[in-house]
Amino acid sequence: MARLTEENVRLAQEIISRYPKARSATIPLLHLAQEQDGYVTDDAMAHIAELVGASPAEVYGTASFYEMFKFHPVGRYVINICGTMSCALMGAEDLMHHAEEKLGVRMGGTTDDGLITLERAECQAACTEAPCLQTNYRYSFRVTPESFDALVDDLRAGRLADEIPPHGVVARVRQHIPADRGAGVHAPEDVKSAPAWLDGKAAL
Amino acid sequence: MSTTETDAGEMPEVPADPNAVSISINGRTVQARKGELIIAAADREGEYIPRFCYHPRMSPVGMCRQCMVEVEGPRGPMMVVSCMTPVADGQVVRTETEQVKRAQEGMIELLLANHPLDCPVCDKGGECPLQDQAFSHGPGESRFVEEKRHYEKPIPISDLVFLDRERCILCDRCTRFAREVAGDPLISFTQRGNNTQVMTFPDEPFASYFSGNTVQICPVGALTAQPYRFKARPWDLEQRESTCTTCSVGCRTVVQSSRDELVRYQGVDSDPVNWGWMCDRGRFNFQSVNSEDRLDTPLVRQSGQLAATSWSAALDAVAREMRSAGGAVAVLGGARGTNEDAFMWGLLADAVGSNMRDAQLDDGLPAAVLGLPQATIDSACSAGTVVLLAPDLKEELPVLHIRLRDAATKRGLRIIEVSSHDTGLTAHAWRSVRCEPGAQADTVRALLADPAVSSQLASGDVVVVAGRANLAESAEHTVAAIDALLAAVPAATVLPVLRRGNVRGALGLGLAPSAGNDAAAILESAANGRVGCLVLLGADPLSDVADADLARRGIAGARFVVAIDTFMTQSATHADVVLPAAAYGEKDGTTTNLEGRVSNVVQKITPRGTSRADWMVAAELLHMLGKDAGVATLADVQKLMATRYPAFGAAVSSAEVRRNGVVVTAPAARPAASAPAVAPRSSYDFRLVVSRKLYDKALGTAKSPSMANLAPGAAVIVNPLDAERVGARDGAGVRVSNAHSSLVLPLVASASVPRGTAIVPFNQPGADIRELVRRGDSVTDVRIESI
Repeated sequence: MARLTEENVRLAQEIISRYPKARSATIPLLHLAQEQDGYVTDDAMAHIAELVGASPAEVYGTASFYEMFKFHPVGRYVINICGTMSCALMGAEDLMHHAEEKLGVRMGGTTDDGLITLERAECQAACTEAPCLQTNYRYSFRVTPESFDALVDDLRAGRLADEIPPHGVVARVRQHIPADRGAGVHAPEDVKSAPAWLDGKAAL
Repeated sequence: MSTTETDAGEMPEVPADPNAVSISINGRTVQARKGELIIAAADREGEYIPRFCYHPRMSPVGMCRQCMVEVEGPRGPMMVVSCMTPVADGQVVRTETEQVKRAQEGMIELLLANHPLDCPVCDKGGECPLQDQAFSHGPGESRFVEEKRHYEKPIPISDLVFLDRERCILCDRCTRFAREVAGDPLISFTQRGNNTQVMTFPDEPFASYFSGNTVQICPVGALTAQPYRFKARPWDLEQRESTCTTCSVGCRTVVQSSRDELVRYQGVDSDPVNWGWMCDRGRFNFQSVNSEDRLDTPLVRQSGQLAATSWSAALDAVAREMRSAGGAVAVLGGARGTNEDAFMWGLLADAVGSNMRDAQLDDGLPAAVLGLPQATIDSACSAGTVVLLAPDLKEELPVLHIRLRDAATKRGLRIIEVSSHDTGLTAHAWRSVRCEPGAQADTVRALLADPAVSSQLASGDVVVVAGRANLAESAEHTVAAIDALLAAVPAATVLPVLRRGNVRGALGLGLAPSAGNDAAAILESAANGRVGCLVLLGADPLSDVADADLARRGIAGARFVVAIDTFMTQSATHADVVLPAAAYGEKDGTTTNLEGRVSNVVQKITPRGTSRADWMVAAELLHMLGKDAGVATLADVQKLMATRYPAFGAAVSSAEVRRNGVVVTAPAARPAASAPAVAPRSSYDFRLVVSRKLYDKALGTAKSPSMANLAPGAAVIVNPLDAERVGARDGAGVRVSNAHSSLVLPLVASASVPRGTAIVPFNQPGADIRELVRRGDSVTDVRIESI
């Protein structure tokens, strides 16, 4: 349970400044909150509501629409095994049973050490590589029980720490838009000419 | 062929309305206006299109898809959502084709796929749009055999409202109302797809002052109000249309009863007043009428104790005292009753030669503001500028707040707010300036010096919404500010927001103070032994007069006190005679709202015990005093009232009094205000603002079990920086004191209060701030110390 840290509030304000309306920053700020705590806490949602001028219920309404925002603590790594058509045909069910056995948790559960949360997911758009899974939304293709075990062992041994950041980190490199290029300073309907930094180049 | 006949086509040409369009609905050509929605045009023409999400007072969202109709398009007939499609000239609309029927039946089938169909145990059953339209526009059976969605049922989403998510059809009416009309978006759609549900934020209830409206507009039984749950079946309800008198907005309502007990009020859409909305305090205080604590028999003090007696014995005692008091009879109150009650008591006061009467309890503005050019709610909402010199309307006159909020957010009204702290309208104000108590007139003058403000004021109609924002300062400060504004904008009109239900009717019909002899002066006279008989007509000075000391001295000093009330009020416990009064819903009559709008109130149930309407008591006393007014029925009273007050008489006898009401305003001479001098505030002190919250210890609230615990409680609210200066944490007890008294209150730090100002809500459970307030003080300064 935590509000955004001072450092993150600064970031939040920078993000808000990119949009004509503060509310538009709701989802980026939810990502920020999830990055901070590994999941979206109630306090963070209330804090975001203050920052964007919405009610906490509105922020919660928006956040809960999205599967990728978690409202309860999850493991450092969330493994999503695809269970949709192609993967199902290629043995996803067996893989899931194996994963449950290997980790000792049911689908949706988190291992006792808080390291791994196991989830069943819908199509991950990698049907040619079925069955596939994602660890914190990073792919593993043509997964076999053996390669799954190897993945888990690697995660446990910390061998993938460089490759896969903890749950909630969308990207390690944060996008920064210089203030003079901030499109959000003006509402779209107020923009009558191309921004100066385009330097006369075509907008596309 | 005869040439003398005039063909319709040869009639003199009427200038065409540029916004008029003509469309065809089911083969009938009808007139509509540009921008109007098909469903609205059809409604007006009596062509019913089924719907769940559409509500004429909210913006369309097209959520439920039930209102599909067929519109002739370039490629043949197409299905459109009639609540989202505006009319167009020449449009051909069909609402009853096979295609439309298929769409309607399909929608109902889908809506019922998850609906539990627990109608036999659902409060909505019998008045449920889903139930009704499933019968009228549904397929009759379902192809779905799957298990329905299950949720815990029902869950409380506030102290007053329960949510049954299984019944919900996700029409967005409640969430839209909360966001768009009430401005309290505390409920929202959450989750997604099949799991979508209306929900609050965890641990933040739907504590909106307007939450009851969501129950009324819910098209299924998903939202139910705690006070009505399982109380009655719709087909057992009897109802009459009436006017709410909880505050002076005067919302039109229906009063519903079952087995001679009030069970529910519902808002009625009155275009000039409430648009169908009500506040929760007005909606749910019917519970107080049913309270076990109601007075049901007259009481007379015998050897120090109040003892039950007969009406004749009690009235004998009162008449005797009135006779022996000579002219020294005083009448306080009258705002709780009807116009007819006030008129008869005014008549009685005249008959006994009394010049001591006041319908206000030193908690409003001088009655003279009613003599200023008057505005209406509609004229304020359609004005260019509204200047607020008023209390927080959301707390005192909630539905007026809704109307002004709507005008400011959707209709281009600009609000200039002069207040001591942030209010419900601050976020929607064009300019909102803070001023310390006593500085109103100076603040207004400073505002007028701003060229942007003066050009705004010059750009259109200006309405001043004026009321008593602070009970710990002289009312003259507000009057002086009104004067300053009217001096600069002579064409401005005034909407006086005096809060009590029928205060305007009472003041206009004979219970206005004469020559400055107002409630405070009357109590002072009583304290000095100059009142022989003090009548408290639904008034409780010991609870309601801001100067508690004055009230105590007044009640103690009056030789004989008569309390006419529905409950044993604090003041009534000191009375010599207590007479039980018929409550709202127990008597017919008319009431006058803050605009001067006269509309009817109705009797729906039998008065409790032997209680009577106030006018009957006055008529009886007149008879006993040998000055019989010759009235035996309410119609007699209204006839007599028409001879004395022709404008009221005309209003009361018009048919419109039973619908939208008739506005009666009486111009009056008005003395110029002279704001009392204000001493500068010592920088150690706080200037005190005592203002009202919607929920307080008022009997209508306190005796309604569902609202009894909603009062926030006494506290002193200061700016966080001031809290730091005092050295007290949020919630810690602090000593609040001045020369008059000292008390301990919990401190609340809030950035809504400017530095140097301390807000204390009035009439709350806890320490009584009135001990620090004295009537003669221009403003009240207090010291706050940590303990």
